[in-house]
Amino acid sequence: MTLGFRDSGFGIGSVALTAALLAVLMRPAVGAPGLQPRGDGPQAGAAPRRIVSLVPSATEMLFAMGAGPRVAAVSSYDRFPPEVERLPRVGALVDPDVERILSLRPDLVVAYASQTDLIAQLTRARIAVYPYRHGSLADITAGMRDLGARIGMAAGAARAAAEIERGLAGVRASAAGRPRPRTLLVIGREPQSLRAISVSGGFGFLHDLLELAGGDNVFGGVERESMMVATETILAAGPDVILELHYSDRASRAAETLERDAWKLLPGVPAVRNGRIHLLYGGELVVPGPRVVLTARAFARALHGP
Amino acid sequence: MAAFGGLAAASVLAAPLIGTTAISLRRVFDGSVPFADNVDAQIFLIARLPRALAGALVGATLAAAGVVFQALLRNPLATPFTLGVSAGSALGAMLAITFRLHLSLWGVSAVTAASFIGSLGAVAIVYAMARARHQGFSTNILLLAGVTLNAFFSALILFVQYLADSAEALRTVRWLMGDLDVAGYAPLVAALPLCAAAFVAFAWLPRPLNLLSLDADAAASRGVDVLRVQRVAFFSASMATGAAVSLGGPIGFIGIIVPHLVRLMVGADHRVVLPASALFGAAFLVAADVVARTVMAPVELPVGIITALIGGPFFLWLLIRQR
Repeated sequence: MTLGFRDSGFGIGSVALTAALLAVLMRPAVGAPGLQPRGDGPQAGAAPRRIVSLVPSATEMLFAMGAGPRVAAVSSYDRFPPEVERLPRVGALVDPDVERILSLRPDLVVAYASQTDLIAQLTRARIAVYPYRHGSLADITAGMRDLGARIGMAAGAARAAAEIERGLAGVRASAAGRPRPRTLLVIGREPQSLRAISVSGGFGFLHDLLELAGGDNVFGGVERESMMVATETILAAGPDVILELHYSDRASRAAETLERDAWKLLPGVPAVRNGRIHLLYGGELVVPGPRVVLTARAFARALHGP
Repeated sequence: MAAFGGLAAASVLAAPLIGTTAISLRRVFDGSVPFADNVDAQIFLIARLPRALAGALVGATLAAAGVVFQALLRNPLATPFTLGVSAGSALGAMLAITFRLHLSLWGVSAVTAASFIGSLGAVAIVYAMARARHQGFSTNILLLAGVTLNAFFSALILFVQYLADSAEALRTVRWLMGDLDVAGYAPLVAALPLCAAAFVAFAWLPRPLNLLSLDADAAASRGVDVLRVQRVAFFSASMATGAAVSLGGPIGFIGIIVPHLVRLMVGADHRVVLPASALFGAAFLVAADVVARTVMAPVELPVGIITALIGGPFFLWLLIRQR
């Protein structure tokens, strides 16, 4: 009787595997930004008027460069700017609604470069695609300029990109000469406990923002965008400051205190001993788009005070 | 048996001494340094020791539960996860993570609590099924119900994950890979009473299981209350599995490789196999966790990957050997 084994021991395993694949596919959604400069579709050249964006950070870029009125639909994860609330939703990274996209008759779809099936389908339907790819902080403005050039709004994009660069340069200047605290950048953990702590390694826009804002990432030497670390590793690293990102809206003061108190389990960490644990809240923390300036300022305030 | 005991004790004692950070034992127990300033002591007592103890508890529980399920279902390929306990547990955890339950009680997080509640739900459904269709306690229906429940819960898990944001989806995936970095003793203390109660039942089970694993009718004719034995075996092993999974995640293969390895060494008598499996399971998981936390440091490798990497090939070898 081998019935028991076939679907049991491996039931969970296959779920984990499927889910792991999903997660790998989804990583870019929270990952570093950047638009790869290769946006040639069948209709490249004509200035698109009806743009569907499946990439929240690209949506924000389009609005920032003044192309907001041309955005015809956005992904199910788009929250910003407020104008997107009125727009149709056409799925996201793993579940793009091709029918819906086609029915909106777009002349450009901004999609993740990893959405190869979708891109093939759209290309067959002779709809131009701008494939989005991930990179570092610097890739955000570079990608923005490229996207602007692709839709015939080079000037608006250049202006918006320059504004971001000015904002970032301002943060960098304000941090110059200040002590650079060794910082742990936490991007997720189990609520109210120190389990499953995931942190930023030395790659990606969050790491770049931390370094720009005047902090030294304690795991900056690890060539990974995000990683799980054990409590032992954090004790050994001994960060002076802990920055913890919460992608939800601001929590109640009581909830925030509970989250901060979870760290009291590790009193040997200087950041815990000296009360230098900063919880940052906001949807912009996860979007590698024009609002990185806000994130950079929030990092700098947490690291150096107002 | 003494050898297995020694192995388990040695692994729990040695594991806290091994790690990526060099710590000095003299400093760990140096009372003149306040604990808050003694990083060595914190690494030893907060990071490593609870982890080793959690590994021992989860490993012992899953291995012993594996033995019990294999005897109860009279199926050498049964595992603690065969009857859907871990899938129910996983579904509970997925729901807590996806819908961001932020409660915690006595240091036990919502994810841990929800996963335990999920395992109870699965146990209740499977038991109701096994009773509904049969006057007694049908192990065939138990098996079928468990397998079906596993598949159904797995589908629900995928559905819940699909609803999750990418950050949550990643956390759910990570949970499924198992994690013994329990960060403190509270989760251990919460899981301990259930596991301890199960082990009391396990202590009573070996003799009836010996008779039962041959033939239920023969066992009954020798005065074994078959239904009672089946019920005790089912509930104790299921509850213990639920507690272990809520503590460390659904760490695979322990419940199957350890019992078989132990049987190869000591034979099939449950009076030896059951305790020896518990001890060997403890030692095996503690050792696997030491590998998990050191091999890619500072990056933490999920312990479920280590056990699967060892367990998968072993399982195949077992299948070939059985024919």
